[in-house]
Amino acid sequence: MGLLESIILAVLAASTPLLLAAAGELVAERSGVLNLGVEGMMIVGAACGFAGAYLTGSIVIGALAGIAAGAALAAVFALLTLGLAVNQVATGLALTILGVGLSGLIGAGFVGERIVPAPHLYIPGLTDVPFVGRVLFGQDPFVYFSLALVIGIWWFLYRTRAGLELRACGDNPASAHALGLPVLRTRALAVLFGGACAGLGGAYLPLAYTPFWISGMTAGRGWIALALVVFASWQPARLVVGAYLFGAVTILQLHAQGAGVGIPSQFMSSLPYLATILVLVALSRTRGRAGAAPASLGTVFVPDR
Amino acid sequence: MLVLERRGESSTAIAIASPLIAIALTLATIAVLFALLGKNPLQALAVYFIDPLTDPYALQEMAVKATPLVLIAVGLSFCYLANVWNIGAEGQFLIGALSGGWLAVATHGTHAGPWVLPAMLVLGALGGALYGLIPAVCKVRFGASEILTSLMLVYVADLLLDYLVRGPWRDPQGFNFPTTAEFDPVATLPPMIEGSRLHYGALIALAVVIAATVVLGRTIRGFEIRLVGAASKAARFSGFDADKLVLTTFAISGALAGLAGVIEVAGPVGHLQPGFSPGYGFTAIIVAFLGRLHPVGILLAALFLALTFIGGEGAQITLKVPLDLTKVFQGLLLFYVLACDSLVLYRIRLVPQRRTADGAA
Amino acid sequence: MLERSAEIAPSPRQPLLQALGISKRFGTLLANDGIDLDLFPAEIHALLGENGAGKSTLVKIIYGLIQPSAGELRWTGRTVVLDGPAQARALGIGMVFQHFSLFENLTVAENVVLGLPPTESFAAVSARLAELSRAYGLPLDPKREVWRLSVGERQRIEIVRALMQNPKLLILDEPTAVLTPQEADRLFETLERLKGEGRAVLYISHKLEEVKRLCDTATILRLGKKVATCDPRRETAASLARMMVGSEIGEVKPTGRAAAGARLVVDDLSLEPDDPHGVRLDHVSVEVRGGEILGVAGVAGNGQDELFAALSGERPVAADAIRIDHRPVGNLSVNERRRRGVAFVPEERLGHATAPRMSLSDNALLTGHAVTDMVRHGFINRSATLASVDRTTKAFDVRKSKRDPEAASLSGGNLQKFVVGREILREPGVLVVSQPTWGVDAGAAAVIRQALIDLAARGAAVLVISQDLDELEEIADRIAVMFAGRMSAPLSAAEADRETLGLLMGGSAAKPREAAHAGA
Repeated sequence: MGLLESIILAVLAASTPLLLAAAGELVAERSGVLNLGVEGMMIVGAACGFAGAYLTGSIVIGALAGIAAGAALAAVFALLTLGLAVNQVATGLALTILGVGLSGLIGAGFVGERIVPAPHLYIPGLTDVPFVGRVLFGQDPFVYFSLALVIGIWWFLYRTRAGLELRACGDNPASAHALGLPVLRTRALAVLFGGACAGLGGAYLPLAYTPFWISGMTAGRGWIALALVVFASWQPARLVVGAYLFGAVTILQLHAQGAGVGIPSQFMSSLPYLATILVLVALSRTRGRAGAAPASLGTVFVPDR
Repeated sequence: MLVLERRGESSTAIAIASPLIAIALTLATIAVLFALLGKNPLQALAVYFIDPLTDPYALQEMAVKATPLVLIAVGLSFCYLANVWNIGAEGQFLIGALSGGWLAVATHGTHAGPWVLPAMLVLGALGGALYGLIPAVCKVRFGASEILTSLMLVYVADLLLDYLVRGPWRDPQGFNFPTTAEFDPVATLPPMIEGSRLHYGALIALAVVIAATVVLGRTIRGFEIRLVGAASKAARFSGFDADKLVLTTFAISGALAGLAGVIEVAGPVGHLQPGFSPGYGFTAIIVAFLGRLHPVGILLAALFLALTFIGGEGAQITLKVPLDLTKVFQGLLLFYVLACDSLVLYRIRLVPQRRTADGAA
Repeated sequence: MLERSAEIAPSPRQPLLQALGISKRFGTLLANDGIDLDLFPAEIHALLGENGAGKSTLVKIIYGLIQPSAGELRWTGRTVVLDGPAQARALGIGMVFQHFSLFENLTVAENVVLGLPPTESFAAVSARLAELSRAYGLPLDPKREVWRLSVGERQRIEIVRALMQNPKLLILDEPTAVLTPQEADRLFETLERLKGEGRAVLYISHKLEEVKRLCDTATILRLGKKVATCDPRRETAASLARMMVGSEIGEVKPTGRAAAGARLVVDDLSLEPDDPHGVRLDHVSVEVRGGEILGVAGVAGNGQDELFAALSGERPVAADAIRIDHRPVGNLSVNERRRRGVAFVPEERLGHATAPRMSLSDNALLTGHAVTDMVRHGFINRSATLASVDRTTKAFDVRKSKRDPEAASLSGGNLQKFVVGREILREPGVLVVSQPTWGVDAGAAAVIRQALIDLAARGAAVLVISQDLDELEEIADRIAVMFAGRMSAPLSAAEADRETLGLLMGGSAAKPREAAHAGA
């Protein structure tokens, strides 16, 4: 297997948790809710995902456990920000702190254990095609699912009535409420969906990427996912590009370190984070009307009755 | 069904009671968690919260741990009151430690005079302030979210610390451990009581609390901060420049976090090493909210959270409860504080659910 | 085309919609108090009342947006309980809001679809909407994004959206607030047409002449109660006003004005808008003399916000474009202008003129900190701020629950008295005020208007931006009109008749500058 092929495979794997978490957060933000707790939801997803797979031997159960964990945490977030009109930024931070702590508690009993990672697709004939074969037809199911998810989200947002209503809630919740749209319910469902995706993205790490659990496993990927949503101007198609770009930065710096490039390893490790800052700075300026955030993002909405 | 309704006037009774209610709710939830972990809830709560208060050594530790929390959280309150979301205090804390620590490393072994320590403190505050200005400038000039930029810089600062301590600043006599040499006495904060860990940093923190109370409550600059956070259009109408305030509050917050950082390494820690910070910068966020963004409240909240750190360490030893529980406690506490605070502005009412009659065509 | 609503009621005199004893309480405020209302088909029924009388609340209840605290609704004789607007729409009730429920970043078609039940396909709705809007003389392009449209065009979306559901009852809430007199005429034609098709129209307004012209019946609300139902054509504007307002409000007396030099001069002011919806100010020039009140009329959205921001200093302009007592101030900050004796009252009470959740004393500090003794060496002098609140309360009869409450806890009228009072008590030489009595009860409005007149009488130059022509006619010595970022030459009281003003507000017949000097 050539170097380029192995790099591409690594990039796909590295990008997948970012894509999953960012896709869910994109939906939540389109409905007008800013959930900074993505890191917390991802890491409980990782801990519960590993626990589920380890205890039952089933990757599917593990994935479901991760989804449920992320969604459960998101439900607490929704209760506070939508039910009690609490500031979204503070609540998201609390969610991250809580999630990191909970993941440590849950994962404590599983440190040092290993599981069999998720299997990769194998289609005789297709997968054996040199270079393209493994890239296209030899991935684990999470990779394919993440792409299908993004397509599904795109179709939902732009081709369905429910998606239109969700975008309306994000644009102007007061108008949506006046029209009789259930703003709080729509936002709650969007937030839960975001949590489920983050949980799945986190679960991907111990289930497919590195088949064990360590504390702090997500290492800030949740925050990068948040930046990705901004990078993608809240549009699903661009999210894929962004996720793979960031995955590429992460992998390339690892390879550069391994190749003995004379730059300190810590600097290389900091590249993804520095890249995020650069992206945020560069993008904010060139944004026109089309790339703007959902108009009501992060604001509190309390319907009058 | 239950609905949320805005109050005509904010409720002062709830404003005072809400932190206490939040603490009570958190304790109840933690008690349940203890039970789930197979520990006796009452015994665990006692180890966490009562035991440290009966031990004079633990009380001193509380003050030692509360010092950085107070300094950082007061700085954060300046930002949060103005609706500026500095999440990167941990990074500013680390850079402050590095800035001041640099001087200690550079003068190590030379017989430098007593000017070293004050200079370290100044450098620490300056370093933190400059590091805090990076996300501020990104926001003001480029409109980039300060939440994400300040956060990313935490990881960068952490990696920088790691690099410096394992590389150029490593103690050559240190048997290859990743740490700098112990700081010289001139580069160390002296203890307040002979033989204890309680150092003068605690007094600095108290002074900061007093100064902040005056500035925020009694001066026009404090009014400006509160107004910009409360009503940005009115703030502009009042003649205040929101952009300048972003820069100012980030600089103040970064300076205080940086000061906390250098105090921590010049005092309790005594040298630089990777991971010397147990996450004070993030815990300070909780302290800021628990203290309702008021300097005195922050002082009390910092002491309370310091208590939980000590209690957590004690519980780990005597009850084998994992340290992560402390994080869970802190996250839960913040949740409950936020939830109770909502009742200051809103009330919850039971509204009769209307049954759908005929007539729906 | 819409179908005729033939099967509306068995007999012509059975009401289509009946509200019986409707009451609604918000906390301590009783917005509606036992109101009865009968709406018949083929009739345009006015709902009259001042700001705060309860009209919007009642209508939101009829549309299912709010649940009444007591009372019931009957539709064609049967009791109904409306769970929400979707149900109201299904019954045949359509509503055009005063403040549009539109989504700026979505297209016209997407906006319309959101107001309809999900039974039709998107393509079908798009086609029907283009067709119907054309047929009713309110043409719309389904693919355009709303943020690109003018205010009048946006109202069309609201109306067409309501019409697409073939409503038996159409409710309009203050529709002409954002229209020029000519656009209002076009609207009235559409409404007459709907009446001819057998529909009922509920028309909310506080404009008496309009109601007399258009409506068959009028129900008048005051302070949450129904005071009368009458035929507006048989009443005079004065008798309707009396029913709306209740008692005789003290008449506002213009006092003799001292003619003096120009104290506020706007000279060829141009300014680019700072947001995509804004209006570009286009060589605006006007003078206000000491001792006079100059009114600036115009439909909202024609540059008034930008003009206020330029005058207040919230947006800097060329130094010479604005002069106060002959000194150029265009590039000076808000507080530097305040130090030169200028005071400002913006349109938005809560959030701009005041910080809603801060106390009145803090809000006194808000505009006073740079120009009074409230701040000494950087420290706030609390007794001075409280004293200021006391003075304003006394001079302007501000009713509040305690000495220093939060701004948001005051009623609209009382807060506005405070906001205007805190500026006037500093005896400014120039006062710029925008919408001084919008949303304010008649008593407070009279106090405010008298205060403005008295201030001018003491030699100050007062500039009043207002959408309320009645108000300007009452207090202004001269009136200029803003349209599309341009200011007409000011008209004297004699020249400023409704028709001329209406034409200017609609953008036609702007007088050349030379005539202004002759006329003023």
